[in-house]
Amino acid sequence: MSEGIKVPTMASLFAEGKQPEVLFWVGCAGSFDDRAKKITRAFVKILNKADVSFAVLGTEESCTGDPAKRAGNEFLFQMQAVTNIEVMNAYEVKKIVTTCPHCFNTIKNEYPGLGGEYEVIHHTQLINQLFEEGRLSLEGGSYKGKRITYHDPCYLGRANNIYQAPRDLIQKLDAELVEMKNCRKRGLCCGAGGSQMFKDAEKGDKEVNIARTEEALETKPDIIAAACPFCNTMMTDGVKIKEKEASIVVKDIAELIAGADDL
Amino acid sequence: MEYLPNISFAIVLVAGIAFFRRNVLRLIRNIKLGKEPQLEKDNTQRWKNMARIALGQSKMVVRPVSGIMHILVYVGFVIINIEVLEIIIDGLLGTHRIFAGLGPIYDFLIASFEILALLVIIAVVVFWLRRNIIRVKRFIKPEMKGWPKRDADLILYIEVVLMFLFLTMNATDAQLQALSVEGYAQAGAFPVSQFMMPWYEGMETASIIMIERAAWWLHIVGILVFLNYLYYSKHLHILLAFPNTFYGSLKPKGQLDNLEAVTKEVQLMMDPNADPFAAPAEDAETPEKFGASDVMDLKWTQLLSAYTCTECGRCTSECPANQTGKKLSPRKIMMDTRDRLEEVGQNMNVNAGKFVDDGKQLLDDYISREELWACTSCNACVEACPVSIDPLSIIMDMRQYLVMEQSAAPAELNQMMSNVENNGAPWPFNQMDRLNWVNES
Ligand code: SF4
Ligand code: SF4
Repeated sequence: MSEGIKVPTMASLFAEGKQPEVLFWVGCAGSFDDRAKKITRAFVKILNKADVSFAVLGTEESCTGDPAKRAGNEFLFQMQAVTNIEVMNAYEVKKIVTTCPHCFNTIKNEYPGLGGEYEVIHHTQLINQLFEEGRLSLEGGSYKGKRITYHDPCYLGRANNIYQAPRDLIQKLDAELVEMKNCRKRGLCCGAGGSQMFKDAEKGDKEVNIARTEEALETKPDIIAAACPFCNTMMTDGVKIKEKEASIVVKDIAELIAGADDL
Repeated sequence: MEYLPNISFAIVLVAGIAFFRRNVLRLIRNIKLGKEPQLEKDNTQRWKNMARIALGQSKMVVRPVSGIMHILVYVGFVIINIEVLEIIIDGLLGTHRIFAGLGPIYDFLIASFEILALLVIIAVVVFWLRRNIIRVKRFIKPEMKGWPKRDADLILYIEVVLMFLFLTMNATDAQLQALSVEGYAQAGAFPVSQFMMPWYEGMETASIIMIERAAWWLHIVGILVFLNYLYYSKHLHILLAFPNTFYGSLKPKGQLDNLEAVTKEVQLMMDPNADPFAAPAEDAETPEKFGASDVMDLKWTQLLSAYTCTECGRCTSECPANQTGKKLSPRKIMMDTRDRLEEVGQNMNVNAGKFVDDGKQLLDDYISREELWACTSCNACVEACPVSIDPLSIIMDMRQYLVMEQSAAPAELNQMMSNVENNGAPWPFNQMDRLNWVNES
């Protein structure tokens, strides 16, 4: 529910002469995709609850350029990057949090070479920090005892070696974390990366998201946890095609944490 | 006539090494056809990576069965080669088992070599079974048909033969020692070949000497032949794994290089003072070609990787596209790159060192667009490779050529890119609606 979520923009804070601790980079999926918008709101609820000083760029945010770069269009990527960097540098942004591993990877690794140097963290890392600092707490709540399997997003895991933060959060739910046969470094892709999200797959005998969903179903989970809006879409589709949507839900870690606390 | 064996040995040795040198020089020349990569200068980390991944085989044991077997063969081969040093000295000086003076140490060394030789034979038999009887899936993919398959088997046969010759040489030597034949002083311990000694019991001394000499010669000639076979084989990895792991990327796997040539153009476009209609300066260099359509457009580190590839297929077996029946196989990307580079190299060999356009290129003639567009950039192949090869980087470079030089992206991707360009998102939404999620539920 949207009642009372507070989402300041950089422009409005700037007008008041204020500077937030952290910029929340929402990303295109988080801004426009119906499923991903729910993740965005869940994360904002957590930020509000922990009283984090943050802001979004709102209409001043633009695609990081990741899908263009991975499609081979370096030119379009750099145009996007330079534009975004200009905006963020004008606001003197120092720290960025994002719910999308693709935005995370691009801003963290590929923007510095183009003049955009920021501390970039993934939302699962920030939520962990909030727990450590005692700004958030959780009493198991509604996920107690549920079987949750976690799908490693390629751009968080292999690409940037973040495997533990999301798992730590699942453990906080008092849930049972069950690993798929291919996990962590050997996690199987959901099929969306490298711009595949935006086109049909080449000829083959199966869709990648079905293969990954089957691996997830082998663990007999109640919940498939994801930490990327694109993985979320792919796995949700997979669960639907396998006709399991009545018994298995796909949730972002932010949604699980927010849900457990009834935010 | 007395020195005939020494002289023949020297000739064989020099010829073997000279031919090897020629191949190494060609290899270096071909690799240098590539462009200069953007390398981070952290050499400490590079040495560490080489020690851990190539010397320490750390990535091999991710798959324990083949990993441990491979370590046996690798350790066996490296250590047994100490014996080659003795063979070379003996061959040149006309001595016999010159290191025998080491006494118990010598016995220990020879005994270890023999045990390792036996373990190598066992491991090689297991490898052969995996390839030919169990038919492990990654060894029977389409790109392994023909020469790659024969190459893999041939290497196994050569290894067994070399080990068998080594043991035969020892068994006959031990037999001759037991018979107190002149020139065969007591030396060495033979824990494995002692079981082969009975084969030569009762045989004429002259025949045993002949077998001993034959095994000795065939063993060393075999090693020289094998050394020269490397260049034509995936077995080249026993040498190139070292430089390749040294030059392997130190960046996070998700990070792709930013093209400098593009950065310059973007800066110009964003510069409010630049005149967009200015005619290019007279002395302007021809604009750099974006991306790669042939091997010369790739970086030399990528070409080194192509020669290093062991064709093990660990990359391909982890590839989500390949697992779901798509044409893409990261191993094939590496093999195609190497085969094309070899073709370019042969072309240069017959054209006095200059490449003469042969109307072919890596794109389309070797790697199809269908393969390139099937990649999800998931980095599973990069993670899986035991010798730090990055097939994804070649795929990305070739996509850059397709999109920036040829405007040949799939239609849906063109649509996505025009959305990014016009609305700042890969979908046709209005940038002004970017904050609408706040008020939705
Ligand atoms: S990065 Fe591409 S080629 Fe490599 S494993 Fe993933 S999909 Fe396959
Ligand atoms: S690229 Fe690496 S993993 Fe793939 S076949 Fe070659 S050596 Fe094996």
